[in-house]
Amino acid sequence: MNIDLKAEAITPRRHTFSHIARRFGVDKPASRYEEATFDVQPMVNFHYRPTYSPQFELYDARRTRIVMNDWYVFRDPRQFYYASYNISRAAMQQSFDDAVNFVEKRDLIASVDPAWRDLFAAWLLPLRHVEWAANMNCQLIADWGFGTQITSAAAFCGADRLGIAQVISRIGLLLGQGTESALKDAKTQWLEADVWQPLRRLVEDQLVVHDWFELYVAQLIVLDGYIYPLATGAFDRAGAAHNGAPLSMMTGFLGDWYADNSRWTDAVIKAAAAESDANRIILGEWFERWSARAEEAVRPIGAMVLGAEGDAAVDAAGARLRERMIALNALEAREMAA
Amino acid sequence: MTPRKMSLKQKYGAYTRGLDWKPTYQREDDVFPFAKYEGIKIHDWDAWEDPFKLTMDAYWKFQAEKERKLYAVIDSMAQNNGQLGITDARYLNAVKLFIQGVTPLEYQAHRHFAHLARHLPGAGLRVAAQMQSIDELRHCQTQIHTISHYNKYFDGIHDFTHMHDRLWYLSVPKSFFDDATSAGPFEFLTSISFAFEYVLTNLLFVPFMSGAAYNGDMATVTFGFSAQSDESRHMTLGLEAVRFLLEQDEANVPIVQGWIDKWFWRGYRLLSLVGMMMDYMLPKKVMSWGEAWETYYEQAGGALFADLARYGIREPKYADVAKAEKGHMTHQAWGIFYNYTHAAAMHTWDIDEAHMAWLREKYPDTFAQHYEPRYRKWREQAEEGKRFYNNGLPQLCQVCQIPMAFTEVGDPNTISFRVSEHGGDRFHTCSDGCKDIFDHEPEKYAQAWLPVHQIFQGACGGATLPEVLDWYHINQGADNMDYAGSPEEEQWNRWMEGRRPVVPVAAE
Ligand SMILES: [Fe+2]
Ligand SMILES: [Fe+2]
Ligand SMILES: [Zn+2]
Repeated sequence: MNIDLKAEAITPRRHTFSHIARRFGVDKPASRYEEATFDVQPMVNFHYRPTYSPQFELYDARRTRIVMNDWYVFRDPRQFYYASYNISRAAMQQSFDDAVNFVEKRDLIASVDPAWRDLFAAWLLPLRHVEWAANMNCQLIADWGFGTQITSAAAFCGADRLGIAQVISRIGLLLGQGTESALKDAKTQWLEADVWQPLRRLVEDQLVVHDWFELYVAQLIVLDGYIYPLATGAFDRAGAAHNGAPLSMMTGFLGDWYADNSRWTDAVIKAAAAESDANRIILGEWFERWSARAEEAVRPIGAMVLGAEGDAAVDAAGARLRERMIALNALEAREMAA
Repeated sequence: MTPRKMSLKQKYGAYTRGLDWKPTYQREDDVFPFAKYEGIKIHDWDAWEDPFKLTMDAYWKFQAEKERKLYAVIDSMAQNNGQLGITDARYLNAVKLFIQGVTPLEYQAHRHFAHLARHLPGAGLRVAAQMQSIDELRHCQTQIHTISHYNKYFDGIHDFTHMHDRLWYLSVPKSFFDDATSAGPFEFLTSISFAFEYVLTNLLFVPFMSGAAYNGDMATVTFGFSAQSDESRHMTLGLEAVRFLLEQDEANVPIVQGWIDKWFWRGYRLLSLVGMMMDYMLPKKVMSWGEAWETYYEQAGGALFADLARYGIREPKYADVAKAEKGHMTHQAWGIFYNYTHAAAMHTWDIDEAHMAWLREKYPDTFAQHYEPRYRKWREQAEEGKRFYNNGLPQLCQVCQIPMAFTEVGDPNTISFRVSEHGGDRFHTCSDGCKDIFDHEPEKYAQAWLPVHQIFQGACGGATLPEVLDWYHINQGADNMDYAGSPEEEQWNRWMEGRRPVVPVAAE
């Protein structure tokens, strides 16, 4: 283009959208995250009630018991919008691919103590079904949640959970030497083995919860708050004595992902709790109800992997989760004694 | 035993539907409570063939690469004053219509494909729906980021979500999408994935994207191109989903046919905004609405419905009306906007001689006889300083919500007008197509939030026009009124002064 205009001749007339300037109280440039999320969801003047739930509007804050004056206080510290999310996950996936290729090329799985390898398959592979349910739960939050800030992050988390389920599946194909046998065995365990039934019951019970914020607490805080620390902590460490390092290389991304996701879930819980005592009471109620269930559900899995030390590992995960909720001001410290 | 190598299909199955199981602690009907109430019968969800076998790892990598390229263009557009490269400031009105009317629909599509991703009982379809869900979020967000730059210089863009929830002409796209998202999951698939994304998509996106290309809007062109691979997945999903419904049970055929009839007409009425944009708002024209309709609907749609005939599906009802109206529809729509530009967040303008010549050529049977005289009269009025604005409030169609200005087929001097009774009230519709839709679900359409009714009821900021416009967040004297005399015109002329010849509208 061959236009030399004086700079002042092309001065912007405004710096961002009006709805964002109203939030800032001033018209100043906004970030891509802010422009992509603030106030994007339609708020009023819906034309028809949903035929599948006529008691609600199409987007309706009353779909949860949590009450917020402004639903745009759930800022994602990662500031994910679609582009930054995908670029981040492409990189995360690449590091997993590199690890698996490294292990596969050198046939490192053959060097793992076979008993540990089988135990590893027994605890890791059924978890892909838990991830699949987590995916469905995130879709429900993206569907019925309120405000683009939380629903878009939930949609990304849902995509993460499908991706994690697929990564675990890929490990399963590797453990099955290129066949589905290990995945099929794991699914049979998931459906039938006693050790998995309390967890499967819990997961199916979550699938009929319609309060999306309750599901947020039940899945993303509580259930993830038990499973991820165990899988990436005590379970992983138990493999060290059995030359489990190649397997740890492949599951290392789980810990990275959980740390990343927790930055977001911490921010959400903190904001909801800071809003009101009423919210804090509801969050506490949900936390107690679902953590009691989760603790009971993971206990047999802890025992399967860690034997006599399983209970202590589960208790430690529960205690850490409770401390986290207290630090976010979502639980009273005195409840620790209970 | 040597392990047998898994086929791609088996592998993809392991990565998707292999994750799923039949619940036993909860009833399946409680886990998927919305799968049966529409009357659609699915006997075997496993019969669903995944049309594209995309795993998340491939998705992330592919999409990340596209985003890197797209944002490089968006950045350079901002750094290099890309807005100076467009043909004429009037072009921006197409962009305004797009961000006010279409971008919010991308967002709603995102949310509702998440609904399908949660609530369809078939695991294969759930996976396809969730990829589309985040694709649509992508479209919404990349459109905001692209158009954000124009917002810094041009009017009518600055409060698009607020306006989408309120403005009279934006209730046309909003009610269209609310209609789909308030329906059951199978009607949604038929309406959005099939009727909209498959049958009518070329009439929505192609005109906007080619319009951008012809008019120097490189940023919009880039996001349009970048969305193409997403859209081809969406189209495939729409076609395969409808085939699947038709194949599962014969009893599904009449239900799906009813939805095709309804959503064809709903989509067609929505497209009157796009047709008007094509024929009137692009300084450099791509093709006329009439030509686009012939190519993308009459020919392509004809072949599609011939193919679906083996399931017992026929062409949508009232396709003949759309064909008969194609020489009139866009001129009548432009007339509405010209009349009510004082209440719109975009501009309209005098149709100059070159543009009239183009319209005469494209619409030889209708334009000179019925519409040219009207424009000449409006020009005279404007030259006398009495630019015509209609200060009354129009009656809106209860279904499509377009002001009642479309005429009877074969009688361009008579406004088409239908009446239905429901619950002791009278409801007005613009056409047999809209009346059928109303009569089939009167409880639903009686609920519609009609902007004009709402103004009369005092729900829109006050009883006077300036109060209503404030409530709309229209910057009066900048966002609205004729292009002639607007701040945008002044700015554009200042930018272009001595730099380049003013592009005559309709130059080709
Ligand atoms: Fe889209
Ligand atoms: Fe699409
Ligand atoms: Zn109508």
